[in-house]
Amino acid sequence: MSADPVRNDPVSTNATSTNAASADAADPEAAARTRFEPPMGAESGPFWEATREGRLLVQWCTACDRGLFYPRTLCPHCGAPGPLEWREASGRAIVHAAVVEHRPELAGAAFAQGKPFCIALVDLEEGVRMMTNVVGCPPGDVTIGMAVTVTWEPLSDGRQLALFGPAGPAGPAREDADPS
Amino acid sequence: MSREDRSLRGAAAIVGVADDVSPTGELDRTGRELEVAMVLAALEDAGLTLADVDGVCHPESAVAFAEYLGLHPTFVESTMTGGSSYEVHVEHAAAAIAAGVCDVVVSVYASTPRSDRTRRRRRPGRGMPGPNPMAEWELPFGLRLPMGPYALAAARHMHEFGTTSEQLAAIAVQTREWATLNPRARYRDPLTIADVLASPLQVSPLHLLDCCLVTDGAGAFVMTSAERARTLRKPPAYVLGAATCTDHMGITQMPDLTTTAGSVSGPRAFAMAGVGPADVDLLMGYDSFTITALLHLEDLGFCAKGEGGPFAAAGGLGPGGALPMNTNGGGLSFTHPGMYGMFLLTEAVRQLRGEGEARQVEGVEVAVAHGSGMFLSVMSTAVLGTEATL
Repeated sequence: MSADPVRNDPVSTNATSTNAASADAADPEAAARTRFEPPMGAESGPFWEATREGRLLVQWCTACDRGLFYPRTLCPHCGAPGPLEWREASGRAIVHAAVVEHRPELAGAAFAQGKPFCIALVDLEEGVRMMTNVVGCPPGDVTIGMAVTVTWEPLSDGRQLALFGPAGPAGPAREDADPS
Repeated sequence: MSREDRSLRGAAAIVGVADDVSPTGELDRTGRELEVAMVLAALEDAGLTLADVDGVCHPESAVAFAEYLGLHPTFVESTMTGGSSYEVHVEHAAAAIAAGVCDVVVSVYASTPRSDRTRRRRRPGRGMPGPNPMAEWELPFGLRLPMGPYALAAARHMHEFGTTSEQLAAIAVQTREWATLNPRARYRDPLTIADVLASPLQVSPLHLLDCCLVTDGAGAFVMTSAERARTLRKPPAYVLGAATCTDHMGITQMPDLTTTAGSVSGPRAFAMAGVGPADVDLLMGYDSFTITALLHLEDLGFCAKGEGGPFAAAGGLGPGGALPMNTNGGGLSFTHPGMYGMFLLTEAVRQLRGEGEARQVEGVEVAVAHGSGMFLSVMSTAVLGTEATL
């Protein structure tokens, strides 16, 4: 078996690649942060403003009565330009897929205290899928189909990032709520 | 005429190919020098010259590259779909030739990520410009690109179908068997499933040896009309069918983590070609990761959805197998400079011509080059065939 230190470097493995560490490379304040902080898209202001109060909003198409994510100016399900409205989500979700990053340093020196961490796609009860980190349990314990609830991590500008943790005993989402 | 009745079948052919890789993983040349060398070598392979070229494909800027070459082309193509860019160029170039837009098209690739790093050479910025939903909704969670999205797909495939790490490893092992026959491959030492499983976990469930290389590499192809192709130096590799489909950019938006847009591009390309999976003598299936190749086997119809794991583990993809796959040693063991799709084409053409040397598969008449771009995002399928398949 051959050792290859260059292989899998996140910057050089793919011409399209970027990641948290490389995206922040030119920012002198970035080193003090624990993670790459999301830029705010033109359509996503209400989402991020609500996070300041710990509220998780989902954009909703009133034409086809479905949730959509990420925020847009038309519905990707039915093509209708709206009206789109914001609805508060329950914060309950089911893990659709989960992986563990075993080289946390690639996401930045301070990310997840340098320990392996879980990246997951979760399906909200409202029928939309988000990426997140599942926290509050060992990363390897996160399983597909597991019920999780939102928990908030403050960002440097007062916005908060929606992370998820294992659902408590009160009212977890059910496996059969998985829209897939 | 309905869309299904309009076809590229047999209208154009790849008539020249060239590529440059090294077992060290590094090349001495870089940038435009390397691109120009590839273009000239591919033209020489075809028996053509720069003066014949009136179409230029380059995934960054066909205009800037045409200017550098001193050409005034009537067809410029800068579609950038990541690793599948060159299969898309095949499709678009064949369409342009069939429509009378141009006559001789060249497409080129050169990337030297490995020597750029070891020689501390400055690389152009590779960030994604403009509004970027992935930066807002995925990268804050520490998603490593490109690997993270592929790991999510693998995790889901394991959950839904019981696919195992051993089955994924079987793809890396069989691909390495081909690489042992290719003196230009980066890695040629035999590999076992135990080796793959013992290699360090990266983003679980993917191990280091489930992942492609990082090497320098370059290549080019030349395409012209079928009529002109018959007058040239080498046996033409005719474009029998070509199709592309994308169903997301960021992995969060992928409709089904276990089914790629290859389930659209593959059947469309086969329908245009008038062949099916059973007719394929060689599959060049983009192997950025073992899961990538496994998904191609299912989505192109070589096995049923969910059966890619047992199918791969049964063997048959390596030398002497029923479905030779990635006979150059693939992105896993031959080369992977970032956008590997060019090498699917150069190997497919060489196998169709019988130029495969020690790794030559007997009687290759139909070869499929199936490119995968971005994060399982853009699939492009090119079905190529010899004169006998027309």
